[in-house]
Amino acid sequence: MVAPAFDVAEIRKDFPILSRQVHGVPLVYLDSANTSQKPRQVLDAMQDYYSLHNANVARAVHTLGSEATTLFEAARDKVAAFINAPSRDEVIFTKNISESLNLLAYSLSNATTFPGAEKFRIGPGDNVVVTEMEHHSNLVPWQLLAQRTGAEFRYIPIDEDGRLVLEAIEERIDERTKVVSFVHQSNALGTVNPVARIVARAKAVGALTILDAAQSAPHRPVDVQALGVDFLGFTGHKLYGPTGVGVLWGRYELLAALPPFMGGGEMIETVDMSGTTYAAPPHRFEAGTPMIAEAIGLGVAIDYVTAIGMDSIQAHEDALTAYALQAFASVPGLKVIGPNSPEDRGATISFTVKGIHPHDVSQLLDEQGIAVRAGHHCARPVCVRYGIPATTRASFGIYTTTAEIDALVAGLARVQEMFG
Amino acid sequence: MSLSMDSMYQQIILDHYKHPQHRGAIEPFDAEVHHVNPTCGDEVTLRVRLADGEIAELGWVGEGCSISQASTSVMSDLVVGKPIENALELQEKFLELMQSQGQGELTEDEAEALDDAVAFEGVSKYPARVKCALLGWMAMKSAVAEASNAAGASGNTGASGTTEQGAQS
Repeated sequence: MVAPAFDVAEIRKDFPILSRQVHGVPLVYLDSANTSQKPRQVLDAMQDYYSLHNANVARAVHTLGSEATTLFEAARDKVAAFINAPSRDEVIFTKNISESLNLLAYSLSNATTFPGAEKFRIGPGDNVVVTEMEHHSNLVPWQLLAQRTGAEFRYIPIDEDGRLVLEAIEERIDERTKVVSFVHQSNALGTVNPVARIVARAKAVGALTILDAAQSAPHRPVDVQALGVDFLGFTGHKLYGPTGVGVLWGRYELLAALPPFMGGGEMIETVDMSGTTYAAPPHRFEAGTPMIAEAIGLGVAIDYVTAIGMDSIQAHEDALTAYALQAFASVPGLKVIGPNSPEDRGATISFTVKGIHPHDVSQLLDEQGIAVRAGHHCARPVCVRYGIPATTRASFGIYTTTAEIDALVAGLARVQEMFG
Repeated sequence: MSLSMDSMYQQIILDHYKHPQHRGAIEPFDAEVHHVNPTCGDEVTLRVRLADGEIAELGWVGEGCSISQASTSVMSDLVVGKPIENALELQEKFLELMQSQGQGELTEDEAEALDDAVAFEGVSKYPARVKCALLGWMAMKSAVAEASNAAGASGNTGASGTTEQGAQS
């Protein structure tokens, strides 16, 4: 397939923040895996919503209420189309991916006492499986679930190159596995995981599959039907949308049988002092007034990347990754933590610089206007695995240029000069 | 790279990082403490020996960012051979400077007393790094307190303790 022309200079014009200066020099923003910048279209849409249409959704019968509801529900349609969901009713708005994953973990443990949810029950003797490269948001909720239910918490380990130990997939996932929750693209290593192999094994043993797509949905096409998972989550603010909105997608028949997580307005069918019945998905999982402006903003962000084309975005970022890996190879003392080749990896590259602490590297880059992240990236077990306190991480997006990667490499040379 | 005036990394800091002072374990010692900065993973293990109301000897080993290691080195130079009271006063002054969010105004006397430690003034503008600069100072404070307590209680030597710095600043 021939990708449409990708014009990074034109794209950059849509992002007002990219023209600001930091410490007197132009900003080089290489921290998109942490949060992306937002195009003017998203900012305008949210401003318009509050200026012209603001009202609560699904309650008010007045004109503004109806406009707000239409805009909010249109955002749900956009999300459904973006991930190729069979039905819009499978798209639940959450606060972020952490809430998406916690929602599932709590709903699953609520199944222990919830009538009709027997098939979701997890208890002693059962196990839940994650990977060693999970973000804490896809790790801690499952440790907590294991604690609540008495189930065993397991993980698929990673190898020296930052990839999953493949044989462990079949070994760790067994007949007593109830849930396999894993990351599509690692935020700390950039690794893109073999979804098909993990899903095949999980399906063979009857386990539910949950995919953390926070770092993949902004960067490559994500098709829930092709991926074959049961649930998938991502967050808006890494996808050029605002903070405060995330998504949980799940197969309808599962969502319809799953106990609620939070109780409140909007998630009910009828409420009586003797008991309550619950709304059908997605509203069953959306208690309370939702993040209306943020969902609308996310919808516009999806329009924005869809117009560019996710295939083109992936091609652009794959080229940046290959360029950066090659450029990094010329930096003495730089060690990539994670896959050092462009196959099955995303445009997020963690590294260490010999003799210089990651916090010093990132602080000194910041003094040159270059924004990268340093730390354990909320995936501390990854650092423990490689025996390092932290890494420096450069991550790219649709607006990243090869000139910015050159600036990073030159910046690193200056840092080394100072510490030399 | 030429250092701009507002760089956090003043030459004094880099010099101490490259040539740390009082680095190493001392024997004998009155107290040993181990402090960590959980957000960055900086660590310092510090020993002191007190004599005649002074910090007679101080030695430390550690790893972490340049700010944490250089600050511990600068602190060591400043307090060794000083009366305990003066060392703790300096610690208070340095803590104040670090909590000033870049607005600290030192009197001439204070600046003179803090000497090389003044170079860390720029760190106070970065809340995420303040704990790095304080690590060694906090370790010195607790080591001195432990050594003084031990001396007061029984005159024993070799007391040790481990503290996370998290709650202290």
